[in-house]
Amino acid sequence: MTGPADHNGRDGYGAVARKEDARFIRGLGTFIDDVTMPGMLHGAILRSPLPHAVITAIDTSAAEAHPGVAAVITGAMLAERGLAWMPTLSGDVQPVLATDKVRFQGQEVAFVVARDRYAARDALELITVDYEPLPVVVEAGQALAGSAPVIRDDRPGQADNKIFDWSAGDAEATERVFAAADVVVTGDMLYPRCHPAPLETCGAVADLDRVSGRLTIWATTQAPHPHRTFYSLITGLPEHKIRVISPDIGGGFGNKVPIYPGYVCAIVGSMLTGRPVKWVEDRSENLMATSFARDYHMHGEIAATRDGTILGLRARVLADHGAFNGAAQPTKFPAGFFHIFTGSYDLRAAHCEVTGVYTNKAPGGVAYSCSFRVTEAVYLVERMVDLLAAELGADPAELRMRNLLRPEQFPYTCPTGWEYDSGDYPRALRMALDIAGYPELRREQAERRAHGEYMGIGISFFTEGVGAGPRKHMDILGLGMADGADLRVYPTGAAVLAISCQTQGQGHETTFAQIVAAELGLSPDDVEVVHGDTDRTPFGLGTYGSRSTAVSGAAAAIAARRVRERAKIVAAAMLEAAPEDLEWSDGAWRVRGDPEQCRDIRQIAMAAHSGLELPAGVEGHLDAGSVYNPPNLTFPFGAYICVTDVDPGTGVVTVRRFIAVDDCGVRINPMIVAGQIHRGLADGIGMALMQAISFDSDGNCLAGSFMDYLLPTAVECPSWELGSTVTPSPHHPIGAKGIGESATVGSPAAVVNSVIDALAPFGVRHADMPLTPAAVWRAIQGRPLRPDLATS
Amino acid sequence: MRIAVDVNGVERSADIEPRLLLIHFIRDELGLTGSHWGCDTSNCGACVLWLDDTPVKSCTILAAMADGHRVRTVEGLERDGVLDPVQQGFAHCHGLQCGFCTPGMLMTARWLLDHCPDPTPTQVREAISGQVCRCTGYENIVRSVLWAARQERENRA
Repeated sequence: MTGPADHNGRDGYGAVARKEDARFIRGLGTFIDDVTMPGMLHGAILRSPLPHAVITAIDTSAAEAHPGVAAVITGAMLAERGLAWMPTLSGDVQPVLATDKVRFQGQEVAFVVARDRYAARDALELITVDYEPLPVVVEAGQALAGSAPVIRDDRPGQADNKIFDWSAGDAEATERVFAAADVVVTGDMLYPRCHPAPLETCGAVADLDRVSGRLTIWATTQAPHPHRTFYSLITGLPEHKIRVISPDIGGGFGNKVPIYPGYVCAIVGSMLTGRPVKWVEDRSENLMATSFARDYHMHGEIAATRDGTILGLRARVLADHGAFNGAAQPTKFPAGFFHIFTGSYDLRAAHCEVTGVYTNKAPGGVAYSCSFRVTEAVYLVERMVDLLAAELGADPAELRMRNLLRPEQFPYTCPTGWEYDSGDYPRALRMALDIAGYPELRREQAERRAHGEYMGIGISFFTEGVGAGPRKHMDILGLGMADGADLRVYPTGAAVLAISCQTQGQGHETTFAQIVAAELGLSPDDVEVVHGDTDRTPFGLGTYGSRSTAVSGAAAAIAARRVRERAKIVAAAMLEAAPEDLEWSDGAWRVRGDPEQCRDIRQIAMAAHSGLELPAGVEGHLDAGSVYNPPNLTFPFGAYICVTDVDPGTGVVTVRRFIAVDDCGVRINPMIVAGQIHRGLADGIGMALMQAISFDSDGNCLAGSFMDYLLPTAVECPSWELGSTVTPSPHHPIGAKGIGESATVGSPAAVVNSVIDALAPFGVRHADMPLTPAAVWRAIQGRPLRPDLATS
Repeated sequence: MRIAVDVNGVERSADIEPRLLLIHFIRDELGLTGSHWGCDTSNCGACVLWLDDTPVKSCTILAAMADGHRVRTVEGLERDGVLDPVQQGFAHCHGLQCGFCTPGMLMTARWLLDHCPDPTPTQVREAISGQVCRCTGYENIVRSVLWAARQERENRA
């Protein structure tokens, strides 16, 4: 079958239907809450109602007396076992259960294990905790004030709330560029705290076998192998006795990378009760206590000539990491890859400074399809370019086209040191403008403005760096970002590929089968993909930062090519030819000059397992493995155009059209690629218009349910208009780049640019996300009103 | 208390706590885990199933309220080994990614086509507007439902 057509008809490795779908359309997926075991108990977490307080007493006696309760665990009990604190993915520590203080609302305080989920919740009500409230730091801007309480007084030597100061680029060169520029435009903008909110919350089922000492933990994790290592380090259980199984994952988007206290509580619960323990958080827990995203307070400055040549960019950022530094990102980069903030433009100099601070809010920061903070970077530069266009009176499309990197500049080293692998940016922007009918849209906008209608056209152009490592630069807590693939080819030619990354909906079982099938001349149906089980898969860092195709996809292709090379020796023996006289073409090894003399993988596989006499030193069988340590990131890019209509009376924004031209190199399954883009575009509408985790001045989370944390539905999303260009990655074995996060990274700026463009007649220069009706209305009111509205 | 519910054409009875939610009865008591729990507040629709002939959000309905009624879940869509056209449509048009919202979406889609065999894209969007999908951006869900509608019209012709 074919799926939704790619805009320009390219079909990559083929838009084959997904293998995964058969179980999901029947309701037969196995998500974490579907995992049950005989004798399984249920856990629930008591959380702090206060954002900052000393715990003076905890009384669990009534809960322990509840007839359905098997165990009540507190921080003090964990402390006796050395388990009260655990490492975060950024080298900080975080309590599993609070001992001394609570530092954000929703922090884990106690864990109840009971016969069912209702009894566990009942017992939480029976626990009494005495809190002595402390002053709170809610705003990042307050965190470094002299009067701010030191949130992390558990950290030796920590005298304030600063986590890090970090910078990239050349400050002096940038200053020189700015000093000589005709035009300097500045802008202050917040990328608000938001949350990936996968539809399935986080959870685990832990089963410690007391006889063998083996721990099996089913967990909602995008990174099963690092989780295994960390569970070993946290609990002291030997790593070879730990098996992490990541079952079907109901969406991850970065939310399911970190280790959460609940996972560790489930393990401890199983240790204490000798029975399997399930813990599945509810929606409020997911929104209030698991990894949020963004919360970047950014000041940008852009320098240009009067005629519109962009010269330099600089940024100062205050990064709110919450109460514990739990950002899931490479150790070397405390601000993630934010310093790719020069974006897609040919600049002379750039410099950015990022300061990370603690606040009394949930920990996290890197989550939600952000490609390690490229999201914030793209938003900053694309808003700055629009601000510059407004200052110069230039058309934002023309200004971008004038300053985009040119194809002949690749590979291109940007002013902060990233080496972009490949790209043809003007082609992508031209295609987007063509699909949009840009000149006609501008004419329509002018006509509508004349009638008092507010239509906006917003453009963003993004470049991402995805597919981390190389491992010498990128790690999580010392585990380098390289991923393995093991490929077994059975005697009949059927193959099983085991990979370290983990699908959360991206269709790995299909696309990875396509990669192997293409390399070996098999059908994807002949290749079974195993993932999400550390006992059955090779080590690797997992799926986030759009790294599955970029890293594991490369590992799979290389393993398949190694199989092919092994097959060549066998084929040569079968054909009684010299290996060097064979060539691989059309799915078989063929004798050069006599292509009818050939053997395909099925024939070769049977022979490789048979009694066929092989040359000395050739082992037989065809299995092969690989570990892929990427030489560089891959750099997907794209041009997005968003058309909005804004009702000036209510502030309601309607997204009328969204055009997205993406270039992710070679597309393996264009149907799946298009689906990934669709997802991210909806994210862009969500983040730009409605999704924000906000707090009141006392530190109470105001977005603890889907009644308050709004997500886009089908009626807020338009029918997406996609286009594609293909610029292969020169260093990736099959020329592919990551695509999973491109649209989330690129689209929010297009939506915001569109709304601000619509509001231009009101003199609105900027308004922060989310552009809710109230926010838009306030932005309009802050400016001179049109006379007809002022009197109505 | 004891309840008896016709679930996908099979009479199921059980002793339950009066406060038991319908979604937990279906999932935990009956082991039909196709219907999912996602939010607690009737916002996400992962738990949509039919009570009698109407799609409902089973996270905010007590199991006791289903006593003496019919429930149809995603497991009841496939008939005699033949997938319902909406199931086929979702697979054909890539209408799902992680699959978590899919059962609820399928149940609403089935209801829509029963009552509106030739929906417009806008009607499909409105029908599923009480449900959240975090993966598809909805586009391919709409295409899936329209594909199923077309298929059913052709089957009838």
